[in-house]
Amino acid sequence: MSPRECSDTDPDTAASGKIDSNGHNDDGQEAWRRLDPRVLAVFPLRQAGALVPLVVVLLISGQGQGGWHLVAALAPVFVVLAMGATRWATVRYRVGGERVELRGGLLNREQRSLRRDRVRTVDLRANPAHRLFRLTVVEIGTGSSTAKEGRLNLDAVTVAEGERLRRELLHRSPADAPAPEAGGSVREAVRAVDHLPVPAGVEVARLHLSWLRFAPLTGSGLVAVGAIVGTAFRVASDAGVNLASWATLHAAGDELDAVPLWVGVAVLAAAVLLAGGLGSLAIYLEGWWGYRLTREPDATLRLRRGLLTTRSLSVEQGRMRGAEVTEPLLLRLAGGARCAAITTGLDAKTSSRGALLPPAPKEEAHRVAAAALLLADPTAGTAAPLIRHPPAALRRRFTRAVLPAAALALAGWALQAGVPGFDWLWPAALLLLPCAVLLAADRYRNLGHALRPDYLVISQGSLVRRRVALQRRGIIGWRLRQSPFQRWAGLATLDAVTAAGGGSYSVVDVPVERAVSLVEQVNPGLLPAG
Amino acid sequence: MDVTPSAPSEPVSPSAPPLRPPAHRVDPRSLRWWTVRALLVVGAVALVQVVGLVLTGEGTLVGTLVVTALLGAGYVIIMPRWRYRVHRWEADEEAVYTQTGWLWLEWRVAPISRIHTIDTARDPLQRLFGLASVTVTTASSAGPVKIVGLDADEAAQLARQLTEITQSHPGDAT
Repeated sequence: MSPRECSDTDPDTAASGKIDSNGHNDDGQEAWRRLDPRVLAVFPLRQAGALVPLVVVLLISGQGQGGWHLVAALAPVFVVLAMGATRWATVRYRVGGERVELRGGLLNREQRSLRRDRVRTVDLRANPAHRLFRLTVVEIGTGSSTAKEGRLNLDAVTVAEGERLRRELLHRSPADAPAPEAGGSVREAVRAVDHLPVPAGVEVARLHLSWLRFAPLTGSGLVAVGAIVGTAFRVASDAGVNLASWATLHAAGDELDAVPLWVGVAVLAAAVLLAGGLGSLAIYLEGWWGYRLTREPDATLRLRRGLLTTRSLSVEQGRMRGAEVTEPLLLRLAGGARCAAITTGLDAKTSSRGALLPPAPKEEAHRVAAAALLLADPTAGTAAPLIRHPPAALRRRFTRAVLPAAALALAGWALQAGVPGFDWLWPAALLLLPCAVLLAADRYRNLGHALRPDYLVISQGSLVRRRVALQRRGIIGWRLRQSPFQRWAGLATLDAVTAAGGGSYSVVDVPVERAVSLVEQVNPGLLPAG
Repeated sequence: MDVTPSAPSEPVSPSAPPLRPPAHRVDPRSLRWWTVRALLVVGAVALVQVVGLVLTGEGTLVGTLVVTALLGAGYVIIMPRWRYRVHRWEADEEAVYTQTGWLWLEWRVAPISRIHTIDTARDPLQRLFGLASVTVTTASSAGPVKIVGLDADEAAQLARQLTEITQSHPGDAT
């Protein structure tokens, strides 16, 4: 029973009185609160990263032109300081019994309010500047697909306040609240809740250092290295230095003259791979250090991770619709996989697409997927033994992979007869053919599906192999598609439509009868009887 | 955990029901609506070529124009009839069920209990023929179930009926 129900006072007053010792007024109305004053220091610190290059560029370009440029260079700093101060001075928030409200801003006055019973996620995020002052950003989300309206950011409050908000907003299981004694005021009962020790969650998974071996296989490092090199070039050219023509090429060119070309290429490739590997490792460590997945008493899964910027994400169990284990080719070769939750109302941006686990051993991924879905056995979910699709699906895999390669080879062969300079195309395309054959065979090998007591399990893909376990009751519709080619083969693609994750998940190239029987088994009587 | 050719855990029952098409055809006026739409598309493609021919006098454009005319005539004649044979719909207390397409076929079924909104819409061309379409959306981002080419009154009535049925189903339909 919730304290509110035991109150004999006006429900509104009682509800807002629920927020007690730290902030209610005497009339029981929850007071507006400010952000923590220490954001005054954090805001400029965080903007500093963006400001430094600007200031440097302004100073360099203005050299020897008098004091004006010094003023111009310092102006952004003052603007940022002033912005931080006005933000702190104007932003207020309060958590009432019915709503969470935020108002503030000087130029962009905004007033946002979320209904408390719609709050689905309360995520905490703290970058190094926040952590220096023991602050955290609180992101309150309603799981609305129109991301902006359904979200509310408190940047920033103390860690303790963040935890309190998280607990209070996600905590709505009445069984956890101690029943107030008869006659005891609501406020006292709530105070008792607040002073209870924070119940600890049950650990589902934590980081193993041996998983770091998967880091270089994620490829995120290569992207990062590319981005860093790109930024370096841009900053350098902003500063009037052309790296490509000036320093590197001349120096490197002189060196390269002395050694054979293939050595140079090999050294360069090794350097890029090494930098990429180290970059991936750094990104893995930054993102996943201290990773812990716990099941909290308030029926949420809580994920904590991060070395410099720490994040705490919560997924309500009631919003889980399934889980997904993906194996990009490199990870798959090393026996690794990723695991993500399929939930309704997860914002892809803040929750990194529902990732529940860093790249980890495949068995661990399946285990965590099962644990997240409250399954005792992974074979009831993502690790289910699958039903293979008919040979016609294999033929389709081959035609779809081999035909384009063959067509390219043919076109290349025709071109080299007529047009000079294309004589390399058809041998290259011929080399593609065996790759296409391997790809087709692997794609067929990975194609499959299974219907488990509570889950529809789908597997497909080669370069990225994907296993999806979708809750049967999470399926909110079906779509069956058939191309002319599929009609000749007697196959069709069945899409299970869901409100969560990608919106629909496809069982590719199943016999039409099988597709119909899947729909019948999941939603008996949905298709009109024949 | 690779795919193993193990015995299927739930074998396809030999009596698996074939996919029965939905009960109702769309309004016959849809034939004319689709024909006019096809004519507009083909006409636009041809017009570009005619303008090009007039401006440049390029001889090859005569050839492409002939091909366009032949293919376009085929499209205008065949597509609407084929579509009319395929397009079907059905709605009852359980679900909304449609069958659409012509070369590429598509069946969609949405349980009534998962329906979010029901809209009717008429574009100017549909209005010309007294037609309307009913769009049934669910919480998914995978797209709505759409019944096109209904008689306008029939569409309004269907939408009203569906709204009544869905209102008797509580829950947030996710």
